[in-house]
Amino acid sequence: MKFLPLLLANLKRKKIRTILTIGSFMVAMFLFGLLAAVRAGFRQGVDVAGADRLVVVGRTGLIQPLPLPYQERIRRLPGVKDVVHATWFGGIYQDPKNFFAQFVVDPDEWLRMYPEFKVSEAEWREFLADRQGVVIGQKLAQRFSWKIGDHIPLKAPGYLGGTSWDFNVRAIYRGTRPQDDEGQLWLQHKYFYEKAPSYWQGIVGWYVVRVADPGQALAVLKAIDAEFANSASETRTQTESAFAASFMKQMGNIEFLILAIGSIVFFTLLLVTGNTMAIAVRERTAELAVLKAVGYSDRFVLGLVLAESLLIAAIGGAIGLALAYAVAGQDITSGILPTYLSGVALAAGVAVALGTGVLAGLLPAVSAMRLQVAYALRRV
Amino acid sequence: MVRVDGNGSGEALIRVRGLNKDYVRGGEQIHVLQGLNLDVGAGEFIAFMGPSGSGKTTLLNLLGGLDVPSAGTVSVAGDEITAMSRRKLTAWRARHVGFVFQAYNLIPVLSAYRNVELPLLLTPLSGAERRRHVEAALRLVGLQDRMHHFPRQLSGGQEQRVAIARAIVADPTFLLCDEPTGDLDRKSADEILDLLTLLISERGKTILMVTHDPRAADRASALLHLEKGVLVEAEQSREARQAAQVAP
Repeated sequence: MKFLPLLLANLKRKKIRTILTIGSFMVAMFLFGLLAAVRAGFRQGVDVAGADRLVVVGRTGLIQPLPLPYQERIRRLPGVKDVVHATWFGGIYQDPKNFFAQFVVDPDEWLRMYPEFKVSEAEWREFLADRQGVVIGQKLAQRFSWKIGDHIPLKAPGYLGGTSWDFNVRAIYRGTRPQDDEGQLWLQHKYFYEKAPSYWQGIVGWYVVRVADPGQALAVLKAIDAEFANSASETRTQTESAFAASFMKQMGNIEFLILAIGSIVFFTLLLVTGNTMAIAVRERTAELAVLKAVGYSDRFVLGLVLAESLLIAAIGGAIGLALAYAVAGQDITSGILPTYLSGVALAAGVAVALGTGVLAGLLPAVSAMRLQVAYALRRV
Repeated sequence: MVRVDGNGSGEALIRVRGLNKDYVRGGEQIHVLQGLNLDVGAGEFIAFMGPSGSGKTTLLNLLGGLDVPSAGTVSVAGDEITAMSRRKLTAWRARHVGFVFQAYNLIPVLSAYRNVELPLLLTPLSGAERRRHVEAALRLVGLQDRMHHFPRQLSGGQEQRVAIARAIVADPTFLLCDEPTGDLDRKSADEILDLLTLLISERGKTILMVTHDPRAADRASALLHLEKGVLVEAEQSREARQAAQVAP
C-alpha cells in the first residue's frame, strides 16, 4: 500500500491519455458484455435445455405438424416419463416488429414439463378458468406494459385464417434462472382448436418428451423415430439442447461472428494500450532510472509498469462491464432475444480485461526492467 | 587523505584498484577509464574535474554501482561492490549511496515530500517514522515549508535541495553528485555548495562530486583531474591549501 501514491501519481501524469486509455478499455469491455449478452440470448435455448428433455418434430422440420394421437403412442414407449405437445401460434400484436414467441399449450401438463417457470396458484387458476386466458412472461409484460386483466388482440397468421383473436392476460410467469426466457405467451389449446381452421384439428407443432433416465435419452429418441418410421408423418427427435443448437444454426454462425468481432476489438485494444504504455514508459526513462539508482529493483520496476497497466484495465473493464450488465438487463432486442449477462460471462470479462492489461503492459514493463541506469541517465 | 597511486591504507572508505571501463562505439573500442586507482577516506569532499568525455560521470557511476567495470575493483567500507550480483548491488545502493544529479531528476508527479520519501519506502520503517525522517531531511535543506509543493512549483535551486534531501534521507554512507550546480545560477549554486559543505561538517558525510565549475571545486577538500580516463593529478583545493597555510 505504501507504493500506491507512486502508482496513482503515474496515472495522473497525463490525465487525458489515462482517461482515453481507460475509455478504450471501457468501450471494449462494454462491447464484450453486450456481445456476451447477445450470445447468451442466442444460446438461451441451449443453456436452459433440460438434460432429460427431448423434442420431437416432423422429419422435414417444424413446418410439418404431427398428429395429436402421437402423444399417447410416445407416452407408451419404454423410458418415456412424460410428454406434452405445443404449437407455434405466430400472431402479430399491432405490428410485425413486435415479435414474441406464442405457444399453444395444454395447461394441464405444460408446467409439469417446465418446472423452471413459476406462476402463482391464484393466477394459474384464473388462467385455467378462462379459455381465452393467456400466461405471459414477466419481461413480455414489462415490454408492452401489460398487466393482469388486460385484453390483447393478436392478428393470426394467414394459415390460421388471418383474423383477430382476443386474449386476456390471466397470469404472469417468472423464470427461476437468469437465462430463462420470460418473453413467451402461452395460450390454451382448447381455445386454439375452437377458433383455428378445421384442418388444424388433431395436429400439433411438436412434442416435448421427458425421459426417465437422461443416460438413456439416445435410446429413447431412436425408439420414438423408429415408432413413426415409414408413416405419413415421420419424426425427428433430438435432445432439447441439440434442437436449440440446430435452431440457432439456422440463423447463421452467430458464435463465430461474435468471436470474430470480439477478437478484432481486443487485438486493436491490445495494440492501442500496448503503444500507450510503451510511450508512457519511454517518457519516464530518466525517472525509472532514478528509481533504480536509489535502490528500487528491476522486478519492482517491472511490477510498477504492469500494475499501472492492470489498474487502467481494471478501472476501464469494471466500468464497461457494469454498463454492459445494466444495458443487457434491458430489453435491447425488443423481446427477440432474452439477453442477459451471466456471472460466468462477467468473470470472463474481468479475466479478459486483466489479461489484456497484462499483455499490453508486458513489453514496456520488460523494457523498463532491463533499463540500464547509467545508459538511461546519460541519454537524458 | 585522498590517494591516486594505489598505495592507500586499508582504512579508506572507498578503495579503487586498476579500474578500467571500455565501450564499443561504432565498432571502435573506447577506453574511458584506464587502470584507475583511488583511495578516499570517510568525511572527505572530493571534486573531480576534467574535460567532457574524460570519464568523470563513468567513474561516478562505477563508484555508485550503477555500472560495471571492464576490469578492476571498487570496494566501499570493505564490501567489494564489483563482485556483487545486480540484485545485491541494487540493495547495496539503497543502503549506502545517495545520488544528486545535475538535472535534479525529481519525479514531477510527486510532491517534494513524496520524492524525498522514495528511498525510505524500501526500508521497513513505519509511516510515522518515514514522516519524521522526511521532515528532518527537508528541514536540513530549508524546505520544510515547501514539502507539499510539486517540482514544477519550485525554483531550480529548491529542486536541487529536494534532490539532496532525497539523497540523504536514508542516511547513506556517501553521496555522489554529478554536476549538482551545473543548471543553477551563481546564488543557487552557492547555496547548494553551502549545503554540501554542511553535510560534511555536521553530518560527517563523504561526498564525491563531478563538476566543471572551478568555484564548486574550490569547496572540495581535494581536487582530482581526469583526463582521457586517467587520474593525472591529485591536489588539495584552494581552501584546503589556505587552511594549511594559516595553520601554526
